[in-house]
Amino acid sequence: MLEVSDLHCAYGNVNILQGVSLSVTAGEILCLMGRNGAGKTTTLKCIMGLVRSSSGSVMLDGLEISQLPAHKIPGLGIGYIPQGRRLFSELTVAENLEIGLMTRNSGRNIREQVLEIFPRLRERMDQTAQTLSGGEQQMLATARALCLEPAILLLDEPTEGLQPSMIEQIRQVIISMKNEGAAVILVEQRLDAVLSIANRVTFIENGISRETVDAEKLDRDNEYLARYVGV
Amino acid sequence: MDLGPYLLLASLEGAVQAAVLALTAVGLSLVFGVMRIVNVAHGEFFMLGAVFAWWIATFFGGHPAIGFIAALLIAPLLTGLVAVIVDWFVLKRLEYDPEGTIVATIGVLYIIQQVVLMTYGPDARPVEAPFNHRFYFPWFGYSSYKLFVIAAAIAILIGVWMIMAKTRIGLVLRATQLDRETATAFGIEVNRIYALVFGLGAALAAMAAVLIVPIQQAHYLMGGDPLLLSFIVVIIGGLGSLRGTVVAAALIGMSDGIISVFFTPTLAKILATLLVAMVLVYRPNGLFGTRSA
Repeated sequence: MLEVSDLHCAYGNVNILQGVSLSVTAGEILCLMGRNGAGKTTTLKCIMGLVRSSSGSVMLDGLEISQLPAHKIPGLGIGYIPQGRRLFSELTVAENLEIGLMTRNSGRNIREQVLEIFPRLRERMDQTAQTLSGGEQQMLATARALCLEPAILLLDEPTEGLQPSMIEQIRQVIISMKNEGAAVILVEQRLDAVLSIANRVTFIENGISRETVDAEKLDRDNEYLARYVGV
Repeated sequence: MDLGPYLLLASLEGAVQAAVLALTAVGLSLVFGVMRIVNVAHGEFFMLGAVFAWWIATFFGGHPAIGFIAALLIAPLLTGLVAVIVDWFVLKRLEYDPEGTIVATIGVLYIIQQVVLMTYGPDARPVEAPFNHRFYFPWFGYSSYKLFVIAAAIAILIGVWMIMAKTRIGLVLRATQLDRETATAFGIEVNRIYALVFGLGAALAAMAAVLIVPIQQAHYLMGGDPLLLSFIVVIIGGLGSLRGTVVAAALIGMSDGIISVFFTPTLAKILATLLVAMVLVYRPNGLFGTRSA
């Protein structure tokens, strides 16, 4: 479904990605792992077109999207949940969702579906995003991306700084998205979270994707983790 | 006259000033808020609005109201178009770099000024007011056109507020202002929004100018004062805060009018500038500013 090959990108003179390849199919969760600064977030931004790639390709169902203008990419059905949530802080919950709905002209029924997944947001519709708790903010960031009815979902450390009950809820949403046939790319640092839901894991080191392995092959004292993540 | 009526007269003069200033400054504030650009050429868009108004009014002739209404509709459009061209030719090429755009808009300021000097000439020319009744208070008569300026400016400001708060495009503008990258990740074409905002900002200055030409006359150097006062207002109100801008414009415009009538215009300018200094020292984000800019 989404196939990234030999992606390179640079901020000015600093090469961030120097050959990232990965692929994810419908109904699959691919996890990106690697140390801080390895290029996980940049890989997602590069797929979204927010950072321009200097070479390599991003194919979505056979369509080359890495040369498209960035604002055209989400309309193809890629929902992005950025690191740190990046909500429109002074906009209300309803307005944040509205921005998500506008991306692909999704109808009211989509909004209802999303609110059924996150009923807590319904009680907060007129509050500004900045007044929500951390967990609610993550719900909103997730809901905003689901408003696109995404075929592909990119999540950048969605459980960062959340309490366990909230982590579990986010996890359930990711799994149900997968079961509905979405392709999911998840950047995650917490090992247990990865092992319990990922199908495959791609390890990134110094901007290069080193290896992709089935999640079943990984367990806690596996050499992959020691080598690429340092645990 | 007693003090009371005298104060009323001064307040009316101040309100006219405040109304026009609020329109101009909201344009500047909108551009700064959404695009993070300090547009030094904003005063020239004001001047262009006035000059276009003279041309349009002259072209239409006939009853002054026809020319004026035509000017009020067409001059902001033309000025907005000039601004969109500036955005496309200059600002976009600089990738909206904060320092680069300051220097570039200084260049745009001189280009617009000199082109107007070469075509329109150095004369100050009036546009006839669409109507010129006098409204009689018990103590003095007052130009009904000036009252119309106040009402029209308030109506336009309410319109801007409605667009920002109630429409989809307003929502997109606010989202872009808050987080340009995330806006892009949700399909918002930021460059188009920027062109629109720059055009809208210039059009607001032009509307202010069309309203004021029947009182002040169009002249190629008339952009300086509005630019300076708009900057004062935007700094006091808080960069990018539209509500703050309107409140500050009312404050500065009214006090300018009243102090000018009772004392001297120079004292009014001194106090306004002093207020800016105080705000910058004690509330660097402005009276209504929330984020550090």
